[in-house]
Amino acid sequence: MEEIIRLEGITKYFPGVVANDNVSLTIYKGEIHAIVGENGAGKSTLMKIIYGLYKPDKGEIYINGKKVNINSPKIAISYGIGMVHQHFMLIPPFTVIENIILGSEVKNGISLNFKKAEETLNDIINSLGFKIDLYEKVENLSVGEAQRVEILKLLYRRAEILILDEPTAVLAPQEVEELFSILRKLSSQGKTIIFISHKLNEVLNISDRVSVMRRGKLVNTVNTKETNKFELAQMMVGREVFLKVDKAKREKGEEIFRVEDIWVRGRKGLDVVKGVSFNIREGEILGIAGVEGNGQSELIEAIVGLLPLKKGKILFKNKDITLERIRQRRLYFGHIPEDRHKRGLILDFSVAENCILGLHYFDRFSKGIFIDYSKVYKHANEIVEKYQVKTPSIKIPIRNLSGGNQQKIVLGRELSFSPDFLIAAQPTRGLDIGATEFVHQLLVDLRNQGKAVLLVSADLDEILNLSDRILVMYNGEIVGSFSQSEVDEKELGYYMTGVKKQTELKEALI
Amino acid sequence: MLETIFAWETLTSAIRMATPLAYASLGGVFSERSGVVNIALEGIMLFGAFFAAVGTYFFKNPLIGVLFSIIAGTIIAFIHAVVSIKFKVNQIVSGTALNMLAAGGTTFLSRLIFKAAGSSPHIEGFTPIDIPIISKIPGIGLIFSDLSPLIILMLVIVFMSQYILYKTAFGLRLRAVGENPQAADTLGVNVYKYRYIGVLISGILGGIGGAFLSLEHARVFVENMTGGRGFIALAAMIFGNWKPIGSLGACLLFGLAEALRMRLEGVGIPTQFIQMIPYILTMLVLAGAVGKSTPPSADGVPYEKEEI
Ligand SMILES: Nc1ncnc2c1ncn2[C@@H]1O[C@H](COP(=O)(O)OP(=O)(O)OP(=O)(O)O)[C@@H](O)[C@H]1O
Ligand SMILES: [Mg+2]
Repeated sequence: MEEIIRLEGITKYFPGVVANDNVSLTIYKGEIHAIVGENGAGKSTLMKIIYGLYKPDKGEIYINGKKVNINSPKIAISYGIGMVHQHFMLIPPFTVIENIILGSEVKNGISLNFKKAEETLNDIINSLGFKIDLYEKVENLSVGEAQRVEILKLLYRRAEILILDEPTAVLAPQEVEELFSILRKLSSQGKTIIFISHKLNEVLNISDRVSVMRRGKLVNTVNTKETNKFELAQMMVGREVFLKVDKAKREKGEEIFRVEDIWVRGRKGLDVVKGVSFNIREGEILGIAGVEGNGQSELIEAIVGLLPLKKGKILFKNKDITLERIRQRRLYFGHIPEDRHKRGLILDFSVAENCILGLHYFDRFSKGIFIDYSKVYKHANEIVEKYQVKTPSIKIPIRNLSGGNQQKIVLGRELSFSPDFLIAAQPTRGLDIGATEFVHQLLVDLRNQGKAVLLVSADLDEILNLSDRILVMYNGEIVGSFSQSEVDEKELGYYMTGVKKQTELKEALI
Repeated sequence: MLETIFAWETLTSAIRMATPLAYASLGGVFSERSGVVNIALEGIMLFGAFFAAVGTYFFKNPLIGVLFSIIAGTIIAFIHAVVSIKFKVNQIVSGTALNMLAAGGTTFLSRLIFKAAGSSPHIEGFTPIDIPIISKIPGIGLIFSDLSPLIILMLVIVFMSQYILYKTAFGLRLRAVGENPQAADTLGVNVYKYRYIGVLISGILGGIGGAFLSLEHARVFVENMTGGRGFIALAAMIFGNWKPIGSLGACLLFGLAEALRMRLEGVGIPTQFIQMIPYILTMLVLAGAVGKSTPPSADGVPYEKEEI
């Protein structure tokens, strides 16, 4: 096989960490090469070095056998390297075609020549066999479509090597399939693909070879055919991992929480939650599956009191709490918000301060109108210990912690007042296998202790593994309801994408 | 009173009053579309007004006056650009400082150069133009006669800007760095370059807006003669949804308010109330526009290139 990229001893330091430690890796032309590793293993850093966003402190990059110096994305693009970032790099109010041509415009005098660009793009799109409206604004696209725009951006620049950093994190299963079919076509056209993911099933499904990274080092590169999930997980974490959680069977308990016919108006003035009703009982996990942007976020925001209800009722242990203020409501349930950076933490506050957000007025943390820091530190140390948070100190800004450790702080805080009900929105988004396992076990433990958990997630493995009952949300409505045993991933996918809809939701209110 | 309001003269004077606002407002569009908030426009206009008077006074040529105002406006804008793009200082603070500099600086220089407190000597502006044929139509013809060339230039620039921003590669890139600088950067677009250009254009246009005030309006430089017009122009920009033609429309509305203010003086209502019209309208319009118009996403946010 012909090599296309060769990395030799790539090392990159960030203050206090070695993000890449003497990484050597060869990528062959036309292969789909997956890279896996825990949070902070250095995957994104390595990719950004190849794409010219970071300069390595040591090491060399060879393309087609020639040593190159990639100082900027512009140079990377000229070598045929393109990258789809972990967070989309799109401009929502621009049209698809504007997003694609930006920076490499075809001109007609001084004006933009959209016709010419359109011809080039249509050729690419036809060869890959999907459809997209080039003149639609990106803000109106689904996540899957937005991702195709990102890929088109690369192909329009004649990329031969495509780097995709966690491209499937936010996709529904059908969208993942569509993405994979595109990637397979690209690979058959001779393009090389580097693919990062935390989801080992996907990696095994799509890749030719897998490289595993741990703490900045490249641990191993193996042929996909010759490995399996457990071996990969073990290489990533450095210990054995249990990919399934144990759940004891439970009897139906008392009702803890109920919403009735909830309607919520979104920020754009349209109804985004349309008549949702469900209840949760003691000792169960209710999972809400759905592709992002189908009203789940607004549903949760309305429940916790961040958005006003247009109509409907919220009951906690049979008490109507619809009109109660956030501070009162907050004590009924713990809440792990879907965007921990925006709603769950204040990144520039210390770890300790983040441990008492929203609880700061409790008598046990204050002395009169002042915060009693000795008590706060004690509380924070307890959380750090109990949840095994890795942090050099509780006094550093929480910004410096990895995603998994930040999430543990949120969890610790929200469970510190022992609520009977926990709302967990996308609780493992972006977390690696080890941290995910930790969070999952915690949710199941809560359930086994007889508490109620509302789990909102776009990750079907998570929903199927943990939930006792499953609801699917599509376009603001609950379109399907199941008990755990009666549904599989594929079936849920049909409901999530609006292909199927139940007329009677027998599992929503029990 | 009604015939004072509903007269063609009201309309002509509305257009005249709208012109300096439109220049500044358009300047704001370029600056903020590129991602830099520019409240220094008030000060830029004031400097523009002052240096237009200086240039015209000493060279007896309004064209030189306008040239002076452009240079002055560009220099102030350049300071704002360096401070907010390179040093990433809070853009409101930088703008406020420049506005204070303008208020003090022009007053000081005016007294120094013209040797009189309050205002400059009389200066000659441009010779007005009549648009052939249409200006002869009774009534509506009034709008097309006795026009300052700067009014015509303003209209040309507004429509040209609309084209440039939305139909050219330059416009696409300028708007891109104001919406998502990271995205633009990863595609090889030089974020800082386009932001500097955006701010400098606002300096040029703000300067001309100021020149219109002293050259065409008052025919004299009066200390602090902008009287908050730079801010009203920013309100018009917001009301016009950060688009050239939209802003022009909003400026015409504010121009009308000013025209009414002038025409209503002396009809018996206490002048203090009449003087308030443009400012109250500004507040009402802003209160109504907020939430409906969407600023560029990265407006006012300094861009920090990831360190490599
Ligand atoms: N710009 C930066 N400044 C300082 N430290 C950084 C920077 N970028 C990454 N790091 C650190 O370098 C290490 C590797 O980070 P990187 O983002 O490459 O991990 P990753 O494998 O992509 O993780 P994830 O799975 O969470 O995306 C981490 O410890 C991270 O905190
Ligand atoms: Mg990463």
